[in-house]
Amino acid sequence: MAAEGSNSIDALGQFQLHSALGAVGGSVNFTQSNLMMVAAGLGVMALLWMGMKPRAMVPGRLQAAAEMGYETIMGMCTETIGGPQSRKFFPFVFTLFFFILFGNLLGVFPLFFTFTSHVMVTLALSLTVFVLVTIVGIKEHGLHWFTYFVPQGIPKALAPLMVTIELISYLSRIISLSVRLFANMMAGHVMLEVFGSFIVMLGGLGLLGYFPAALSLGVNTMLIGFELLVATLQAYVFAILTCIYLHDAVHLH
Amino acid sequence: MLTYKRVRVRPTSTMKMSRWIMPLSGAGLLMLPAAAMAEGMPQLDFSTPLTLSQVVWGAIIFGVLYIMLSRTGLPLVASVLEERATKISRDLDEARAAKASADAGMAEADQATAKARADSQAAINAALNDAKSAAAAQAETLNARLEKQLQDAEAQITRARASAMSAIRQVATETAATVVTRLTGTAPDAGRLDGAIGSALAARGIG
Repeated sequence: MAAEGSNSIDALGQFQLHSALGAVGGSVNFTQSNLMMVAAGLGVMALLWMGMKPRAMVPGRLQAAAEMGYETIMGMCTETIGGPQSRKFFPFVFTLFFFILFGNLLGVFPLFFTFTSHVMVTLALSLTVFVLVTIVGIKEHGLHWFTYFVPQGIPKALAPLMVTIELISYLSRIISLSVRLFANMMAGHVMLEVFGSFIVMLGGLGLLGYFPAALSLGVNTMLIGFELLVATLQAYVFAILTCIYLHDAVHLH
Repeated sequence: MLTYKRVRVRPTSTMKMSRWIMPLSGAGLLMLPAAAMAEGMPQLDFSTPLTLSQVVWGAIIFGVLYIMLSRTGLPLVASVLEERATKISRDLDEARAAKASADAGMAEADQATAKARADSQAAINAALNDAKSAAAAQAETLNARLEKQLQDAEAQITRARASAMSAIRQVATETAATVVTRLTGTAPDAGRLDGAIGSALAARGIG
C-alpha cells in the first residue's frame, strides 16, 4: 500500500490480486477480491436479517435503513422499468445495487480491497446486465425486437448507417457500464494512494515537509468523503442504467 | 425596495488550502501514468490466473447472493412491509366503521329526539283538547243549570206577580169600601165599587 522507495509511488500495487484464505483458497484461486465480495454479500444479508429482525410496526434505525433500501430499489424498478413485469426484475436490480454499493463502500476502508476497481469484475457485471436485457427483449418481442435498431421515420437510404450506429451504441453499453464504474473506483483509490504516499514521503523530509504532509492528509480526508459519495453514486448509476436498459427491452423505447 | 449589501468574502482557511490542492493533485496525476506504464495495470494482468478466477468466484458469489436475497432477504422485508400496510388499512377500515356507527348512532339519537318532540307535542295537544272539551262541557252544564234557575226564578216572579195582582183588586175593593164607609158613613154599592175599581185598575194597566 505504501510507497516502496523514497521517491516512487506504487499507486497500482493496491490493485494486485493475491489468493486469500490460505492454502485452501490458493488451491482454488480464491482471491482477496472474492473475500471482499463475500463480505459485501454478508453485509447486505446482515442488513436485511438484522434490520428486519424486530419486525417492528415503527421501525428502528437499522430496520428503517433496510426498508428504505428495499423501497428505493422497488421505486426505481416500478418507475423506471414500468409495466407489470417490473417487480420481476426487482431482486436482480436489488442484488446488483447492493453488491456494488457494499463493494464500493467497503473498499473505502483502509487495507480493504475494492473489487469494483477491477475491470474484469465490472465487465462481468455489465455483461450479465447486457445478456439479461437482450434475452428479455427477445423473449418479450420475438423477432420484432430487432426493429429496436431501426429508428422510426428515417429515409431508407440512411437505414444501414443508422442501424450500424444503433448497434454500436447498443453494444457499447457493455463497455460504458463497466468502464464507468471501474474507472471511478480505480481513480479514487489511486488518488488516495498518491496523497497517502505524499504524507509518508513529505513527512520523512523533516521539518520542511510537515506542512505539505499535513495538507496531503487534509486532501486525503476530503477525498475519503468524496469517495463515499462516488461509491454510492456509481452503484446508483449502475442500477438505474440497468433499469433503463430493462425498460427499453420491455417497451422497445 | 430591496437593497443589496455587498458582502466581503474573507478567504477562509479551507480556501487557502485549496490553492495548494490543485498543484499537489496535478503532481499526483502526472506521476500516475508513469507508474501505470512502468508496471502495467494489475487489472489487465492476465499472466496470473487470479484475474479471471476472481470473476468466476465473483459470479458464484453474486449468484448465491441473488438466490439468498430473492428467497429469504427480500421476502422478509416484503412481509414486514405488507404486514404494516395491512395493519394500517385495517386500522383505517376500523376507524371508518367506527365513524359510520357513530354517525348512525347520531342519526338515531336525532331521530329519537325528533320523535320524542313530536310525541310530547301530540300529548300536549291532546291534553289541551281534552281540557278544552271538558271546560266546554262544564260550561254548558253550568249554563243549562243557570238557564233553568233563571227560568224557575222568572216563573216564580210571574207567579208571585200574578198572585200579587189578584190580591190587589181585593185590597183595593176593601180599602175603597172602608174609605167610603168612613167618609160617607154608608157602605158603597158593591156593584158600582167593583166597576169603579175595575176601570181604575184597567186605566193603570193592572189586572
